[in-house]
Amino acid sequence: MNKLLGKILGSRWTKVVAFAACLVPFLLLLLPFLKLLTTGNAPELGANPVEYITHKTGDWTIRFLLITLAVTPLRKILNQPRLARYRRMLGLFAFFYVCLHFMTWFILDKSFSLSDMWADVLKRRFITVGMLGLAMLIPLAVTSTAGWVRRLGFVKWQRLHRLIYFIALAGVIHYYWLVKSDVRLPLMYGAILAVLMSYRFFVWKQAAPKRAATRLAVKTPSTASLPD
Amino acid sequence: MLIRKPADLRYSDVTPKQMYINRRSFLAGSLALGALAGAARAGKLSDVKKSSYDAGGDKLTPLEAITHYNNFYEFGTDKSDPAENAKNFRTSPWTLKVEGEVAKPKTFDLDGLFKIAPLEERIYRHRCTERWSIVVPWIGFPLSALLQQVEPTSKAKYVAFETYYDAKQMPKGRWAGIEFPYVEGLRLDEAMHPLALLAVGLYGDTLPNQDGAPIRLVVPWKYGYKSAKSLVKIRLVEKQPPTTWNLSAPNEYGFYSNVNPKVDHPRWSQAKERRLGELLNRDTLMFNGYPEVASLYAGMDLRKYY
Repeated sequence: MNKLLGKILGSRWTKVVAFAACLVPFLLLLLPFLKLLTTGNAPELGANPVEYITHKTGDWTIRFLLITLAVTPLRKILNQPRLARYRRMLGLFAFFYVCLHFMTWFILDKSFSLSDMWADVLKRRFITVGMLGLAMLIPLAVTSTAGWVRRLGFVKWQRLHRLIYFIALAGVIHYYWLVKSDVRLPLMYGAILAVLMSYRFFVWKQAAPKRAATRLAVKTPSTASLPD
Repeated sequence: MLIRKPADLRYSDVTPKQMYINRRSFLAGSLALGALAGAARAGKLSDVKKSSYDAGGDKLTPLEAITHYNNFYEFGTDKSDPAENAKNFRTSPWTLKVEGEVAKPKTFDLDGLFKIAPLEERIYRHRCTERWSIVVPWIGFPLSALLQQVEPTSKAKYVAFETYYDAKQMPKGRWAGIEFPYVEGLRLDEAMHPLALLAVGLYGDTLPNQDGAPIRLVVPWKYGYKSAKSLVKIRLVEKQPPTTWNLSAPNEYGFYSNVNPKVDHPRWSQAKERRLGELLNRDTLMFNGYPEVASLYAGMDLRKYY
């Protein structure tokens, strides 16, 4: 069973299918939006298409951040090292959706006005924290290639990419501060993030004696453990 | 059915034909549904006078948007929830009580609501605090007509509104994050202003459930949440009454809640709005484009009394 799963996860086709699946939410927005621009009517986007697109791209950003953060726990629990092959793609999709989210807001709500945008970033705390998350995600997207892992060295690279913990937290806070009164969805995302982070904390705790032993025993660079 | 339409302006002048066709099928659906639910008064309203209120000629928002993009938290917090969850909302029997500091308290049943005063159609802009807006052809009568009938006493300074709440019919309300029943309020002089309307219909028909059937308040110069839906009680009182959103977040929602492009909501600017059906924002107007109410607030600091 586990072997079969490993085989499926290792297949190039599975990755192609996963890539296509990640694009579905985008296509479900893009096609009606093109229809709206050409015919002036797209019932799929509801009565307020701009709001709909903003909310959906925001939703998918948080979802992809959480899915990305779920890869390592799942990889360890299921003992499926091949899951790691999907992590970069999923993280980049989070970046893709947050860019769409930002562009929708900047173009359709702020009408390309940098001064209006800055005023909001400085004044509205949910926008401040959202922009902070977006800003932190940029270096991660840039350094997501194998070349950058080599250039930075794995330890440094891994340390940099732990920023995703704070990015996901920024996303959840951004959403929580935005809603008017019904906080169920942001709290649910927050709870999922808490579970994913607790897992990491316990794994880190358990490994503490081992880490200390390694540090004391050999002053040589540690052999890189699998990225988490 | 008796159908009388204003002669000078037809919906086809302002509403795309496609919308009309949708409206017919919607009406057919709602009639069938009304029959099922035993609603006594679903359907066309007759004897409706045309009024001069035309929102400055702004294009009417299609009925589809007015009925499928709603904030009615008792039926769920998603804009599409009320259309779905208010389908079987029972508006018959219904009573609206008018009481408090009045000489002649009155209680109206469902039929009585439509006979309080002559019905007229008024096209009003409606601006939500969430920065979207619509243009609605309401049918109703001035709130002042009702208040005059009950004869407020000299103690009456404010009008408190209470809306229907039944956790059984509105199970989604428990997740709304605000207290129910929903309460709202106006100063008596605001309530007596000719613009303040009690609506029993829109687009020629009785109110759809999700828009506040069978009777709701419409205060077009204030943010949408002041226009309480599905009213069951109107109480004239001496002191400023509590209002739901103010109780929930006092720094964000004041008692007055006048549409004001210069006073921001703490979390967003109110300078612009998105008219449903338009892609880009348009400027928000002071008092939502109803400058005739300005005298109600003469000498008041509208930053302080937001």
